[in-house]
Amino acid sequence: MAKFILNGESMTADVESDTPLLWVIRDELNMTGTKFGCGIGTCGACTVHVGGRATRSCITPVSSVEGAEITTIEGLSEKDDHPLQVSWKNLQVPQCGYCQSGQIMQAAALLKDIPKPTDKDIDAVMGGNLCRCMTYVRIRSAIHEAANAIEIKGVQS
Amino acid sequence: MSRLPKRGSPGITRRGFLIGMTAVGISFGFPRHLMAAMDPASADGKVLPSEGDIYEPSLWYSIDTAGKIKVNIMRSEMGQHVGTAIARILADELEADWNDVEIIHVDSDPRWGYMVTGGSWSISQSWPVYRQAGAAGRTALIEAAAKKWGISTKDCEAKNGKIISSKGELSFGELVTLGLTRKFTEEELKTLPLKPNQDLKLVGQQVTSLDVANKTNGKTIYGIDAKVDGMVYANPILPPTRYGAKVVSFDDSAAKAVKGYQKTIVLDDASGSVPGWLMVIASSFIGAQKASKLVKVTWDAGKTTDVSEADIIEHGKKLLSDSSKGGILDTGNVKTEPAFESASSTISQEYITSTVLHAQMEPLNALVFKNSDGIWEVHSGCQWQSLTLPVLATALGEDVANIVIRTYMLGGGFGRRLNGDYTIPAALTSKALGGKPVKMVLMRPQDMQFDSARSASVQQLKMAFDDKKAVTAMEHHATAGWPTQVLAPGFMPKGVNGEVYDPFAIAGADHWYSVGAQKVRAVSNDLAMATFRPGWLRSVGPGWTGWAVESFMDEAAHHAGKDPVQFRLDMLIAEGRNAGTTPVAEGGAARQAAVLKKAAEMIGWGTEQAEDTGLGIASTFGQERDMPTWVSCAVQVHVDKSNGLVNVQKLVVAIDAGIIVDPNGAEAQCQGAALWGLSMALYEGTELLNGQYKDSNFDTYTPLRLGQTPDVQVEFIASKMPPSGLGEPAVTAVAPAIANAIYQAVGVRLRKIPMRPSELKSALAKA
Repeated sequence: MAKFILNGESMTADVESDTPLLWVIRDELNMTGTKFGCGIGTCGACTVHVGGRATRSCITPVSSVEGAEITTIEGLSEKDDHPLQVSWKNLQVPQCGYCQSGQIMQAAALLKDIPKPTDKDIDAVMGGNLCRCMTYVRIRSAIHEAANAIEIKGVQS
Repeated sequence: MSRLPKRGSPGITRRGFLIGMTAVGISFGFPRHLMAAMDPASADGKVLPSEGDIYEPSLWYSIDTAGKIKVNIMRSEMGQHVGTAIARILADELEADWNDVEIIHVDSDPRWGYMVTGGSWSISQSWPVYRQAGAAGRTALIEAAAKKWGISTKDCEAKNGKIISSKGELSFGELVTLGLTRKFTEEELKTLPLKPNQDLKLVGQQVTSLDVANKTNGKTIYGIDAKVDGMVYANPILPPTRYGAKVVSFDDSAAKAVKGYQKTIVLDDASGSVPGWLMVIASSFIGAQKASKLVKVTWDAGKTTDVSEADIIEHGKKLLSDSSKGGILDTGNVKTEPAFESASSTISQEYITSTVLHAQMEPLNALVFKNSDGIWEVHSGCQWQSLTLPVLATALGEDVANIVIRTYMLGGGFGRRLNGDYTIPAALTSKALGGKPVKMVLMRPQDMQFDSARSASVQQLKMAFDDKKAVTAMEHHATAGWPTQVLAPGFMPKGVNGEVYDPFAIAGADHWYSVGAQKVRAVSNDLAMATFRPGWLRSVGPGWTGWAVESFMDEAAHHAGKDPVQFRLDMLIAEGRNAGTTPVAEGGAARQAAVLKKAAEMIGWGTEQAEDTGLGIASTFGQERDMPTWVSCAVQVHVDKSNGLVNVQKLVVAIDAGIIVDPNGAEAQCQGAALWGLSMALYEGTELLNGQYKDSNFDTYTPLRLGQTPDVQVEFIASKMPPSGLGEPAVTAVAPAIANAIYQAVGVRLRKIPMRPSELKSALAKA
């Protein structure tokens, strides 16, 4: 039996301990916003936060997150209004959209560590997230826009 | 395949599909279930209920008593925001309030006509149809309002969701509440007056695409997210060869220890889509995946276990050396021999492209079951429902009328989901289980092994010059595995020599330059065809023919001692067949000249460059001559001679696609397409090894990543011409522009893509 906190709620799932977290979230807990891409941690589509850190859920056995706080795209914000979700909509970043949950979760972790990232920071941190539609130009712009929005909000509050 | 034209007939054209689209078929009237259609803007894709009675001015939309307009979209959404773009065409003509518009992606009911999403056709083909449909609603609403007010329709005007006159205003919803029944025949539709293009208000303006919000919060439902009660999971075991493998025996004793394992079955596939496949069934995805690794299988493999990429290329060269092989395209004067015999000088070169995988982010998957009405439901992402249905019918031994495809949002199409072969194993497994719901999701290595890759190609080009170095003739001979030959042979036209050819494996070679006599020949690589199933991949033929044509044009310019831009401009003359013969193509070569000049200006053509840095330019068109989008790409690259790394510092694209319906979406498509072109030019490609693709996951198959992405500048030529297509064309000019820039930077000519650092380094060493 796996136990962890998902988007603020305690969860249990009757799965074998080596089951990747991704499939527990998707198939047992029916939250399908987190996507399967490669199964070996090379594409980033399955990115979630474990204790605030961006983590590839497809290669994370559920036993290794026992009791941990896990956030998926569904829990990133209350009203789908995280500054990245806002800038993603403003710039119409998604095309097919399949990788974008992972992109946004990775970018959210990036902004926590580096609130005002340079292009170089973005290239380095986002390099593990593939986008087959090649929305990279807009991903870069949207991260800058969100960083600016957070900064302005921070100054005002 | 009864809906397809006969083999050897004029073949697939834009117009052919258009006829399919406007012909209103007969609804079989079988009961529709909840997920008959999807609204990408609502939670979980559920279609919102209509309020009160609805009025359907045409097949393509309804208006309810609250004035909400539901637009039926039979194109698949895979990142183009196609529903928003199409709905906007209709809403503009209808004079609807954009806030009232909802889009619905419909199922494969025959009444929608011929369903395919590819070829960059969607907007170009939908443009006349949805404008007529919008005009029908506007006409009916005005008539109803005029009658109510007792005035002439001439004194009424439709504006922003209302009909307005001196008597006041009536909203669309109020008019529907009064009861509207006006119907239009196909003939009436064609004669309805349309708004002049310059009066269009929504077309060309910025609106937020309706599918975007749910793609930022995880709510979009893709095929991989499909679920029904009682479903089991199946994971396949793929044979060692794509064709001809037979299962001799299997042993699943070790799999029985896996939690939830049920059984393993050998598929018996009358459609020939998945020969030699086994399916491992379990109560969970992870169980099926675990168990499938524990089943031991013995096969009789097919004949291609030792075929390598080099074999395909060598075989292609042998095929091209036999001039009797292949179809010769109608390019006007195909008799090039006299010009070559009397030429003062000639040049010839050979270009090669490697096998390329689709590697769309969402691995292939399908959920299939027989519903309580006896209808087979196929829940999956799909680009070509009308091609997939008959294959499903053959595999299931069912009538097409008893099968429905419910198309979900696609986690990438790029042509992979034109070939619906991945629905077959799920369907056969469901059939073996008595119609029980079966969900199949391929693991990434299975997805890649089962890809219908873009075939490797060999192209040989020749040009003849007179004593003033003017071009007098050109030949282009190309061979590759032909996707259309295996999947839709009825779409192959006959060449002037009476031989059929795959138009999607040569388009682009029949370019818009006036080169005197011109011979273009397409040859099917039968060894490629036997080894794997070639597929259509984003930008299709022009994605690799453009590479050869535009690399060669650069080489020809240098041979002629002319500036590469001027050399091309001198041959882009809008005369004869190069003036453009369809409404979309009107202007012809002159429009290509305009994008070429624009791109040259954007990159600063002719400016001096730093050491080991160069500019390169190329100009192409996609996707076919009757629906051309003219493209020119220019790049600035720096070559690091120490390691052969190419850094693309600047990438600009100039495009003429006629009227741009959705400027933001159009820019996104062109950015993505140009970067796809960059990816295939430098980073992406696999090879066949022992009859299979060498790469099986993103550890070794390496599409472009963010850190390799330059800024991409896209400019559209302002135009009043009818729209062409935008999903693919920008791919086609990038690779040759880079090769030409490398030549300018360091004097080395690369003639194979992807252009790997090791190959550039060894070419530099030889130079």
